[in-house]
Amino acid sequence: MMDSREGSRQLQIALTVNGEARSVLAYPMDRLLDVLREQLQLTGTKEGCGEGECGSCSILMDGILVNSCLVPVMQARGSNLLTIEGISMGERLHRLQASFLECGGAQCGICTPGMILAAFHLLSQKSEPTMTDIREGLSGNLCRCTGYSQIVEAVADAVNSRTTT
Amino acid sequence: MDSQNIVGKSVPRKEGRDKVTGRSLYVDDMVLPGMLFGATVRSQVPRGRIQKITFGPGIRWDEFVVVSAPDIPGKNCISLIGDDQPCLASDFVNHAEEPILLLAHPNRHQLPRAVAAVSIEYDSLPAVFTLEESEKCSEIIWGTDNIFKTFLIEKGEVDGIWGKADHIVEGEYQTGAQEQLYIETNGMIAAFDRAHGVTVWGSLQCPYYIHKALMTLCDLPAEKVRVVQMETGGAFGGKEEYPSMLAGHAALLAMKAGRPVKIVYDRLEDMVATTKRHPSRTLHRTAVGRDGKILGGEIDFTIDGGAYLTLSPVVLSRGVIHAGGPYYWPNVRIRGKAVATNAPPHGAFRGFGAPQSLFAMERHMDRIAKTVGISPVEIRRRNFLRPGQTTTTDQVVSEPIDLGRLLDRAVEVSEYRAKKESFVEQNRQGNLRKGVGIAAFLHGAGFTGSGERYLSSVVGVEGCADGSVRVLVSSTEFGQGTKTVLSQIAAEALSLPFEAVSMAQPDTLEVPNSGPTVASRTAMVVGKLVHSAALGVRQTLISTGLLHDGYSLEQFRAACKHYLEAHGPFRAWSRYEAPKDIFWDDQKYRGEAYAAYAWAVYIAEVAVDLTTYAVSVLDFAALQEVGKVLHPLLARGQIIGGVAQGIGFSLYEKVIWENGRMRNGQMTNYIMPTSSDLPPIRVFFEELGNIHGAYGAKGIGELPMDGPAPAILNAVEDALGVPFDCVPLLPEDILEKLADARQFSDDGILWLDGRR
Repeated sequence: MMDSREGSRQLQIALTVNGEARSVLAYPMDRLLDVLREQLQLTGTKEGCGEGECGSCSILMDGILVNSCLVPVMQARGSNLLTIEGISMGERLHRLQASFLECGGAQCGICTPGMILAAFHLLSQKSEPTMTDIREGLSGNLCRCTGYSQIVEAVADAVNSRTTT
Repeated sequence: MDSQNIVGKSVPRKEGRDKVTGRSLYVDDMVLPGMLFGATVRSQVPRGRIQKITFGPGIRWDEFVVVSAPDIPGKNCISLIGDDQPCLASDFVNHAEEPILLLAHPNRHQLPRAVAAVSIEYDSLPAVFTLEESEKCSEIIWGTDNIFKTFLIEKGEVDGIWGKADHIVEGEYQTGAQEQLYIETNGMIAAFDRAHGVTVWGSLQCPYYIHKALMTLCDLPAEKVRVVQMETGGAFGGKEEYPSMLAGHAALLAMKAGRPVKIVYDRLEDMVATTKRHPSRTLHRTAVGRDGKILGGEIDFTIDGGAYLTLSPVVLSRGVIHAGGPYYWPNVRIRGKAVATNAPPHGAFRGFGAPQSLFAMERHMDRIAKTVGISPVEIRRRNFLRPGQTTTTDQVVSEPIDLGRLLDRAVEVSEYRAKKESFVEQNRQGNLRKGVGIAAFLHGAGFTGSGERYLSSVVGVEGCADGSVRVLVSSTEFGQGTKTVLSQIAAEALSLPFEAVSMAQPDTLEVPNSGPTVASRTAMVVGKLVHSAALGVRQTLISTGLLHDGYSLEQFRAACKHYLEAHGPFRAWSRYEAPKDIFWDDQKYRGEAYAAYAWAVYIAEVAVDLTTYAVSVLDFAALQEVGKVLHPLLARGQIIGGVAQGIGFSLYEKVIWENGRMRNGQMTNYIMPTSSDLPPIRVFFEELGNIHGAYGAKGIGELPMDGPAPAILNAVEDALGVPFDCVPLLPEDILEKLADARQFSDDGILWLDGRR
């Protein structure tokens, strides 16, 4: 990978991140992943492969699940971003996070933020997904630890706890 | 507060909250003031003499810190079992991607172009890429004969057995390299100053391996080297030995730069340059009686160690000891050999040699069954080890394990018989061929033979000023639940709530050497030490009169505080002592190879699609006896995760080699299973207990890696009637073999192997 910055100049780019208006000075082709991690100190979004294959850097951009390693920050200008840091409400865990804890959905934890964002997105599209829907919905996010079963169960558990409370 | 039964309960994972909120700090999340970024210039040829290094134009080289072999203050090696692997190649390279130069710059975006601008001219030499080429010795690339290590296990009289056999069954089995593919790539930060020496923070399994390697490399005394583990995003053995190399690189750059340096590999570099599972070849020749009983046999197990010794002798050791499977061999000769090739060194990966030799054993059992004409279930039942019998190393099976019962239960929960029956009918039509396959196996927990005695691990438990308890171990958490399980053990031993126990961050300044976090030893061996150190804390408080049995948490806290006020720091230590009944002969490879074995029977159901030749695993039942299950949720997670990696090893993950370099070093072309590729993996436990482990625990982490490959390939043979003896088994392999075997009946239905 060459330095993407050669021959370009930095621009002021406005974004909404986890409900807060932010502005960053960045090269247009800087990866959104790097801007989040290095400029906004939101290190919960992880890099696993840098080529959109593993989903560890998944975030929501205007409600759409994206791999932030593939998004030039320019493309995110003016958009509304949700990262793992915006999922919990203060110290109160989101039900997905609570279910991941309860069901063993997080082992080493490196895929967990992206996985939770992917699950969040799935539930925003399908409020009562089947097990197959969950497996397909999360198939863009790789996990090497769990073999996925306990992640799938965590998402199902989050759905159930939502419908019972 | 006695007998709370924290052990055996699925308490919340210690660091779980930080992981689900994204607050956990992995090495790439850490930034130090003035930190530079490092990169590695690597060999582009598999073998050759370095002739000339040119720093090309267009780069402001004065802005870079450059390190080469002459900058190394100590010995240019990664000190492990041997000292043959250089930290930086100085005049000769023995594998592609071998590190030669290190660069550092404040702007990481400047690094890729600088690395590309360094050109190295080589006097290339012929290289060796396969086991067979290495064995031929047409090129000597290591020592005098390309052999890192050999082992010989002999039991009974094999040579006299062949004439008594009703059947002699032969087979050859191969397994390929496999990438660990932890989702967090390798990464390390190093800092140096004269007063404190070198400190590294990184993604790693074994702080004290790195500690030792840095002392040798940087020529520093023990107290001037500090290793700190950051949250680690998966390891699976892949962060056992390689991080010593990376820590060395970061440390050398930091020493030269006088500033902290971070090196984090991108995925491609991690895949092509770091370790993988050893490729293997196993030859079986077995004498079998009419009833299917094994009379004796020879097993020849060979692994490709890559270019340097690293851990290959130990991987080989575990491979040969597991090569006979969970069976009784009255007579056996097992030869093991690790050979050198010009590939990057192969290394630790979950199972550590056992998945390779057990794959061969369990495929071979099905071959024996077919030859004798009895079922895969029956052949195993008749040959299972029984209490009182001896393993291939003459270890007496002392625990009351009943493998026949384990097999029966696995057959039952997997609905093996019903499936077998219904597939006969189902396979007559349509384009799917279904089959079921069995694998029975064992996995030894802890270091092999005298290994634990040499490690002599130490564990501490500390009573803190606030009355809480802290466990001091160098054992690391990287997904398996180390922090949770060791806390459970300490809490249980001290009759305290789980929340009253915390874990010290693995930092060699703070924690003793409790040994490496490998070999399924943490819950069993380190756990037992945590248990006795915790009891030490309790005894001390009771014997000094500060505490009385039946105490409450508040009383414990008060006693702890009193003790600290009166006597200062309050730590109890526990050092490993080998059980009296454990005997191991390192020369003859005989005796108690492991203090405990976990036992398992796995059953896979597969479907082969005759249009695409893709194999899908439809159901997977994993039954094991692992001693006491300390934490059911984590234990189940370990089994499912291991089986998933085993399915990848069997059907998806193929390393394509080109001139000794991995050609498919990306997640786009090296394919690991996704959530939609895997079936629900059904996990069942039996709990016999184990006197050598904390609260009866045995090792669990590696076991599930051993069974899937043979169970799946046995199921594929069951489905197609055609045997396959190599993993990974890809659709093209099936296509190629079926092209010879396939016949069509009049109605166009595909039949295989004469099954009309």
